[in-house]
Amino acid sequence: MTSPVLPIGFLPLVDAAPLIIAAEMDFARAEGLTLDLRRATSWSRLRDMVTFGQVVAAHMLSPMPIAAALGLGGAGAPLAAVSVLSTNGQIVGVSPKLAARMQNNGFAFGFDNATAAGIALMGAADGPLRIGVPFPFSMHAELLYYWLTSLGRPSPAVLDIRTVPPPLMTEALAACEIDAFCVGEPWGSMAVEDGAARLLLPGSAIWSDAPEKVLGVRADLADMAPEMLSSLIRALHLAANWLGDPSSLTIASEILCRPEYLDVPTEIIDRALSGQLTVSPRGETRRVARFLDFSMTTPDPVHASWIGGRLAKRLGLDRVQAEKAARDTFRTDLHRRALLAIPGFTEAAAHQSRFSNGQTFNPIASD
Amino acid sequence: MERRLKITIVERDQARAALIVKSLTQAGDYDLHVVSDMARLTATIAERNPDIVLIDLDNPSRDALEELRLATSPLERPVALFVDQSDAGLTKIAIEAGVSAYVVDGLRADRLKPILDAAVARFTMFRQMRNELATTRRALEERKIIDRAKGILMKARGLDEAAAYALLRRTAMDQGRKVVDVAESLVTAAGLLS
Repeated sequence: MTSPVLPIGFLPLVDAAPLIIAAEMDFARAEGLTLDLRRATSWSRLRDMVTFGQVVAAHMLSPMPIAAALGLGGAGAPLAAVSVLSTNGQIVGVSPKLAARMQNNGFAFGFDNATAAGIALMGAADGPLRIGVPFPFSMHAELLYYWLTSLGRPSPAVLDIRTVPPPLMTEALAACEIDAFCVGEPWGSMAVEDGAARLLLPGSAIWSDAPEKVLGVRADLADMAPEMLSSLIRALHLAANWLGDPSSLTIASEILCRPEYLDVPTEIIDRALSGQLTVSPRGETRRVARFLDFSMTTPDPVHASWIGGRLAKRLGLDRVQAEKAARDTFRTDLHRRALLAIPGFTEAAAHQSRFSNGQTFNPIASD
Repeated sequence: MERRLKITIVERDQARAALIVKSLTQAGDYDLHVVSDMARLTATIAERNPDIVLIDLDNPSRDALEELRLATSPLERPVALFVDQSDAGLTKIAIEAGVSAYVVDGLRADRLKPILDAAVARFTMFRQMRNELATTRRALEERKIIDRAKGILMKARGLDEAAAYALLRRTAMDQGRKVVDVAESLVTAAGLLS
C-alpha cells in the first residue's frame, strides 16, 4: 500500500523546521504519510491555499486562524490550529540610526530587559515610531502592541505598526520607511548580515511562552480525515522532540539550509536554533535561553483567547464573542487524542509563563 | 452609464506592468494605475482607493495588502477591499492562475470577468516564462557540472571526452542515479582530494 501524499504549505523560515524535519527525517513516513512540502511567498497565499484545498495544511502565524474566525481577511473559510509548531523565536531589530541614538542616550543593549529596551526605544524615536511586522495578524504585532503600551508610561504618541514582507525589510529600513522591525528568523540575522539593523530584543523577553506558528487546516478537515490528521499531528510532535535534542542541531541546520527550503547559509540557521545570536554588524553576540522552542506542541485555548481578546480590543469587536471564537480555533482535543496514541506518552506538566512586566500569564488580567 | 472602474496593478517590473496595462486596455475602458514602489504600496493604494487591486499571487507584498482590510475596516472608513465572496468559483480560478483580485463587495461578476480573463491570461504567460527561465538555468547549471566531471575523468584516467561521458553515463545507469548526480559526487570528491 502506498502512503497518502499530503500537500503542505510553508514559508522559508527557521520555525518551519518541524514540517521539514517530519518530512526529511521520516517521522511522517513512520506514521504512514508522505509530505509534499510546497514553499510559498506570503501568509495570505498560504491561507488561500488551505481555503481552496490546494494544500491540506500549512505553516501559519498563530493569530491567523483566529483572525479568520473573526472575519478579518481571507475568503472566509473557518480555519483551525491543530498543533503548535513553535514558541517564541521573534526578534526586534532597529535601524543603525535609531540604534546610535539609543546608545548616545546611554542604553547598553542588554537584550534581556524588555522594559528598559522599550523605554530606550521610545525615548530615541524622533517622531512616530514605525515598526515593520510580517503580517497584520501575527504574534509579532501582538507582542509589539503589548510591550510598548504596557511600559507603565504614557503610550507613544504615534505607534505605527505596519506590514512589510520580511524579504523587503532591509530595503524598507534603508529607505527610512520604517525605524524598526519584529520578524522571525532568518530575517533578523539576515538584516544584521546586511548591516541594515541592530537586534534589540528577542520576543521571549516580552512573553516567555508566546505561541508563534501553528499548523493550520480547514476547520472541517477533522471531520473529513480524522485518522490522517492524527497521524500528521503525531509526526510533527515527534519531529519537535527530535529538534529539542541539542545533538540534532547540526543536522537540522544542514537540512533547513537547502535551496528547496530556506536557501540561506547554515551558520545563519545555527544562530536561531542554538539561541546564540549575532546582534550587530560588528559581530557582538548574545545568548538567549529558549529563543526558539519547538517543545510545546499542544494548542492552548487560553493563548487563543488572549490573542482573540487583544485583536477585538484593538479593532473594536465584541471581546467576549471574539475570545470564544478564538478558543474554538485551537483544537487541543484533536491534538491530545492524537498524542495519546503514542506509546508511553505522558502529558507535560503545566508551567507558569511570564510577561516582561512581571505579570504571570493570565488572559483575564492581560489588559 | 456606469462609472469607469478604478484598477490598481501592483507590479515591480515595468515591462510586465506595461503588458498588463495593454491587455486591460484592450479588454475595456478602465481607469488604470500601476504601483511599482513596494515600500509605498499601502499608502498609494489607500490614497487612490481603487475598486480592484491586481497583484501576482506570488508577490510577497500581498501580505501588506492584508493591512488595507484593517485600515479600511468599517471602523475607520466605509469602503472595504476583499475577495468577492459572491462568486467563489471565479475567485478560485483567479487564485489558481496566480492572480488575486481584491474586489469591492457588490461589484457584479459580469463587470469583473473580462478584466480577470485578460489578467489571468497575462499572468499565466508570465508564469510559463518564469518556469522556462528556471528550467533553462538549471540545464545550464547541470551541463557545467557534467563538463567539470568529464574534465576530471579525462585528466585522471587519460580518456577522451566521449569515453569520459560514457563512463559517467554507465555509472549513473548502474547505480540508478542521474548523470548529473554522479558528476556532482565526482566533482565534490575530487575537490576533497585535491
